[in-house]
Amino acid sequence: MNAILFIALIVGGTAILSWPLGRCMKWAMDPDLARSAGAKKFDRLFQFFGGRFCAEQQNWKQYVVSMLVFNVLMFAVSFSLIGFQQHLPLNPDGKGAINADCIFNTAASFTSNTNLQHYSGEVTMSYLSQLFSLMWLQFVSAATGIAALAAMARGLAGRKNMGNFFVDLQRATFLVLLPIAIIVASLMVFGGMPMTLHGAAHASTLEGIEQTIARGPVAAFLTIKQIGTNGGGFFGPNCTHPFENPTFCTNILGSVSIILIPMGCVWMFGRIVGRMRHAAVVFVVMLVFLFAKISGAVWFEQAPTEAFANLPIEQNVGNLEGKELRFGATAGPLWAVLTTCTSNGSVDCMHDSLNPMTGLMPMIGMWLNTTFGGVGVGMINMFLYIVLAVFVAGMMVGRTPEFLGRRIEAREVKLAVIALFAHALFVLAPTALFAAIPDWGAKTLNNTGPHGFSEMLYEFSSANANNGSGFEGLGDNTIPWNVFTGTVMLLARFIPIILPLAIAGSLAAKRQTAESAGTLGVEDGTFGVMLFGTILFVGALTFFPAAALGPIAEHLQFMR
Amino acid sequence: MSQKPRSLFDWSIVGPAIGDAFKKLNPRLMVKNPVMFVTMVGAALTTIGIFTSAGERGFVAHLAIWLWFTVLFANFAEAMAEGRGKAQAATLRRMRTTTMARGLRNGREEKIPAPDLQKGDLVVCEAGDVIPADGDVIEGIASVDEAAITGESAPVIRESGGDRSAVTGGTRVLSDRIVIRVTMEKGQGFLERMIALVEGAQRQKTPNEIALTILLAALTLIFLLVCVTLKPFGVYASAVFSVPVLVALLVCLIPTTIGGLLSAIGIAGMDRVLRRNVLAMSGRAVEASGDIDVLLLDKTGTITLGNRMAIAFHVAPGVEEGYLAGASQLSSLADETPEGRSVVILAKEKFGLRAREMHELGATFVPFTAQTRMSGVDLHANGTEPTIRIRKGAAESIQNFVESSGGAFPQAVQKTVDEVSRRGATPLVVAEDRQTLGVIELKDIVKGGMKERFAHLRKMGIRTVMITGDNPLTAGSIAAEAGVDDFMAQATPEDKLERIRNEQAQGRLVAMTGDGTNDAPALAQADVGVAMNTGTQAAREAGNMVDLDSNPTKLIDIVEIGKQLIMTRGALTTFSLANDVAKYFAILPAMFAATYVATAGQRGQLAALDIMHLHSPESAILSAVIFNALIIIALVPIALRGIAYRPIGAAAILRRNLLIYGVGGVIVPFIGIKLIDMILTALHLI
Amino acid sequence: MKSLIASIRLVIATMLICVAGYTALILGLARLVTPDTAEGSLIKSAGGKIIGSHLIAQKFTQPRYFWPRPSAAGKDGYDASSASGSNKSPTSSDLTERAKTIIPQYGATAEKPLPPELAAASGGGLDPHITEHAALYQAERVAKARGLSQAQVEELVRQQAFAPGGIFMPDRLVNVLELNLALDQAR
Repeated sequence: MNAILFIALIVGGTAILSWPLGRCMKWAMDPDLARSAGAKKFDRLFQFFGGRFCAEQQNWKQYVVSMLVFNVLMFAVSFSLIGFQQHLPLNPDGKGAINADCIFNTAASFTSNTNLQHYSGEVTMSYLSQLFSLMWLQFVSAATGIAALAAMARGLAGRKNMGNFFVDLQRATFLVLLPIAIIVASLMVFGGMPMTLHGAAHASTLEGIEQTIARGPVAAFLTIKQIGTNGGGFFGPNCTHPFENPTFCTNILGSVSIILIPMGCVWMFGRIVGRMRHAAVVFVVMLVFLFAKISGAVWFEQAPTEAFANLPIEQNVGNLEGKELRFGATAGPLWAVLTTCTSNGSVDCMHDSLNPMTGLMPMIGMWLNTTFGGVGVGMINMFLYIVLAVFVAGMMVGRTPEFLGRRIEAREVKLAVIALFAHALFVLAPTALFAAIPDWGAKTLNNTGPHGFSEMLYEFSSANANNGSGFEGLGDNTIPWNVFTGTVMLLARFIPIILPLAIAGSLAAKRQTAESAGTLGVEDGTFGVMLFGTILFVGALTFFPAAALGPIAEHLQFMR
Repeated sequence: MSQKPRSLFDWSIVGPAIGDAFKKLNPRLMVKNPVMFVTMVGAALTTIGIFTSAGERGFVAHLAIWLWFTVLFANFAEAMAEGRGKAQAATLRRMRTTTMARGLRNGREEKIPAPDLQKGDLVVCEAGDVIPADGDVIEGIASVDEAAITGESAPVIRESGGDRSAVTGGTRVLSDRIVIRVTMEKGQGFLERMIALVEGAQRQKTPNEIALTILLAALTLIFLLVCVTLKPFGVYASAVFSVPVLVALLVCLIPTTIGGLLSAIGIAGMDRVLRRNVLAMSGRAVEASGDIDVLLLDKTGTITLGNRMAIAFHVAPGVEEGYLAGASQLSSLADETPEGRSVVILAKEKFGLRAREMHELGATFVPFTAQTRMSGVDLHANGTEPTIRIRKGAAESIQNFVESSGGAFPQAVQKTVDEVSRRGATPLVVAEDRQTLGVIELKDIVKGGMKERFAHLRKMGIRTVMITGDNPLTAGSIAAEAGVDDFMAQATPEDKLERIRNEQAQGRLVAMTGDGTNDAPALAQADVGVAMNTGTQAAREAGNMVDLDSNPTKLIDIVEIGKQLIMTRGALTTFSLANDVAKYFAILPAMFAATYVATAGQRGQLAALDIMHLHSPESAILSAVIFNALIIIALVPIALRGIAYRPIGAAAILRRNLLIYGVGGVIVPFIGIKLIDMILTALHLI
Repeated sequence: MKSLIASIRLVIATMLICVAGYTALILGLARLVTPDTAEGSLIKSAGGKIIGSHLIAQKFTQPRYFWPRPSAAGKDGYDASSASGSNKSPTSSDLTERAKTIIPQYGATAEKPLPPELAAASGGGLDPHITEHAALYQAERVAKARGLSQAQVEELVRQQAFAPGGIFMPDRLVNVLELNLALDQAR
């Protein structure tokens, strides 16, 4: 009972908060310049920062080019900063050089908003790397996603000009992310989180053992990682670390910040497109998926640790391996679902140690990757499924399918299915490769049998969904893992942004048709069911065999 | 061409279709359909597997046979659809093979085989000749029997100039002599094009079909990926998945149901259009008709019966109604127009007045002329001088007539005239010399059932606009009675064109029917233009369909066929994908039972996924494959007939189809596979 | 090219504002409002020596102290510079083996089964808490080692216990390090 109330309050509360946020985001990202003097002033400021180029309107191709140029630069700057960290300041604990493949993986990971970490923050990274490379990317990669969504929404609203990437990027960074980050970070500081540039503390324990306590500017870093669906922890074990998540309250605040902006993005999309009812249908579909996965996770995690079954250990409590006591029993599975529905990837319990079927829920989240999803990109991903659902449902009502008055034809279907195929490809193909090559896969595993398979499957699911969480037992700081996941992250980041933008561009160029009683409505429950079914079917048909060989096999083997 | 519904499995069609199914195995044809091509490659791989696999040869052979059946069944469906179209077309073709044309070259007549006629050739046809090609009459007038293509036995008049100059190849001249200029390119007549379309020889994929093919190809690729990656997954899970089993899984997963039936659906759609005696220029046109938002319909003949009918007599003050009826009857006795006849009928119905012979009365008929704008009779009681002159006509004409005879036109009659006009009916004033007798009310009669039909259309989201030359008052009243959404009164061809452009600018797709040369621009502008077969060649060239029956109401049928076509595709796509759930639960447990086991032969934990409790791994896989093949055959009737279309609004249709083809598609294969498994087990086939 | 120039300008602008500006702001705020927790909630002895952090578990093996949950951080556990969970599946036999080494340390038997968190490693390996129940489970041993009555020790545990989640979380926890400090001070 407490658990249900707890979950309903967090999810419901955030959903309520997301409504005004969506309004603000629309104001920030797509202001009505003619009417808002404030927005005009900001635009002038952004032109001052970005130069005259920011005054130009871009079509979808120019927008994509600008986005790619900036992202390449993001990658290059962060790669160099991390690469030379041993020579740079802000390194009180004297962190050394890092392998090139790990730097590549890390730069790719943070550029792509994934934050898959094949290193352990407190062990490897200097404060300069953490702040100027990683935390910086956490801002601008999240902003890239929000900017892309705004551009796509403008296209769907029928505007041929999708805005200017550099203006949108600054709007997202300075008007959306930064204000929220300042508020949340302040609350985190109040919640007892460390925020210091001093090096590690050296303690001598009561029993006289030396203990080195790593610390750092955690509050600032953690906050933007949460709100920007980045998820890369300051410390290795992420939000299970007491410094990254000291209390029950910071844990709630963390949960809320994970889904807040992704939820707001749906409303922002609805406002820019001018279809709030459609946005509401999408929102509800996402919410249903969210609750389904949360229920599954909480339910399966009630089973006690199977390994203790025949030992003199109490069996009346759910699985506690990898969990922190201060968050309570439901917080772990709840967070696990939230963080994987969105492409956040921070964890407040170790996913590798979740019960098998609980562990399946995060994977489902990443396979669908549309349950609110990453900031901006979640809704963009959802758009691919909307195109597909509209196409099939549109045919079923006996008309050439239309979305918001524009026809979905061969070109749009082609672009959408390429993106969906890529989504399946980047999970299944590399997992297959690592499953077949024991030196790359099996020998790096921390578990055997189906659970080991789950570790590999999870890793590529996470890389592909730009999530970043992991079954962390995997010894993944190897050249094959670094290179393959790094490549997957980059491809899986930009293909699903570019193709939907292309679809939006193509739709914007079409004649808008009037809607009638014979047109497929995208604003009612029937379409919601269709959309739900489309996502479920595409996801289930693609990933069921893999799921069966991983979590389901483990469950059937041990948990019956 | 008859409307007689052909039985779905007519042996004269099924027989050749079976043969064609094998002919279509040609890889160069198969590659056009990615889904079935992959299936065929899979079948070939499995056939090789019979010889290379170690044990279980019988099982692999079984698989191979059923995989080939899957391909053949899909080919058979396509061949069936083509066969039905061909049968329809054969009737049309028969009449054109033997014709020898009497060509006019350099003023001399010579025999030219009909197929060799060029555009611009002149041809002479006399009574008894079959018209060799589509063309325009440039000289003469003739009655033509078009029964061969329209099924209508009454001959029609074709004459040079004007709106009735077009003739169709294959029809027969019954009287007189006409010279025709051939207007079609060699082999490009309406019939040839249509025949080619239904035969599938020239069938080009329609835009929606292309989009769907892309989707199906992508799904095939995704499932290929799923199946191919299982092999290396097996390496980790210490299980060996054999190629035939992987192929079986692949074929079951890829959308073979819709992939196999897709082209059959398209051809059958064309065929259904043809069955309604409409020649479509392309599949694209049929598909587009499903998208129509606005129908422009001519009032006359479409919405109304085409002729006005007398419905009431309104007497002038001091006149008896019976007398008015009698005078009206007299004035109309010799009037052969439908209006005239309806007056006689009304008089008989209301007052039992029998028709009288004109000459018995010594009456002479005064026909309607453009100058007088009235008609009537002169009664000669005593010789040549007319004693009584009865006239009927428009109010102004009769007023002139009465006043010129020295009478007065009563105020009350003028009031009646105005009232009748306001009702949307037409007033005919009747006068006897200087006395105005009263008013006959003529009314347009709206065809039965039109109101319901338009209500249906409205539910489909289609607005109907009535086009008429009537004045706005009359037009408005008929529009209200017929239940159309809008009307255009006193419409000129330019108005029509303007209206179409307007609607299109607002994002609507417009369909219209037309027959006259002056309709051609509008027909060309409309997204779907249905030209009447009686219309001019110009109109027929401009539209993208020709209605051989010249029945403008047919547009509504065409819209429904267009919708059905797309709906059938959508529904079967949904069904095909929904089927995969059960197939997973049949095949995966069978395959995965071998995973994560210490010693070979043991059954692993994943066997527990076998929720259908199938007999054995082999029977499970085979049952799924057999179900997958048989469902194609089972759905052939749906593909050919199209799924039922009901005008209940988009959301309701979607709900219905989702329930039937989505939910049904999940459930049916569970039952089907279990049944097949039980049969296989009972027959010891496995 | 224009994109590149704009990109470079924006890299500089965002770094200055979002990294330098934002970090400085939060640092300043933390120093001003919560100077202690901002430095890591450190516990210092009377002599100013750092003993540990309120938030970080430390290793206790002596019977006179309460013991925290098992830790997989670092080589010997409780390494606050290399936090980590075990990352073992709950079905893993490794966990069974680990539990089998822990059970005799507590002397757990079927009649007196071990509270599960004492056998299950935490996510970061640094969970500073155990449940009140698990602390009471150890009270007898601690009391014996310190020569105190079990009731005294249990009383101390109850004083230290708190409910971090209020109504949402019925469990009452104790901070092991704080409890042990209180024990030492109670002497």
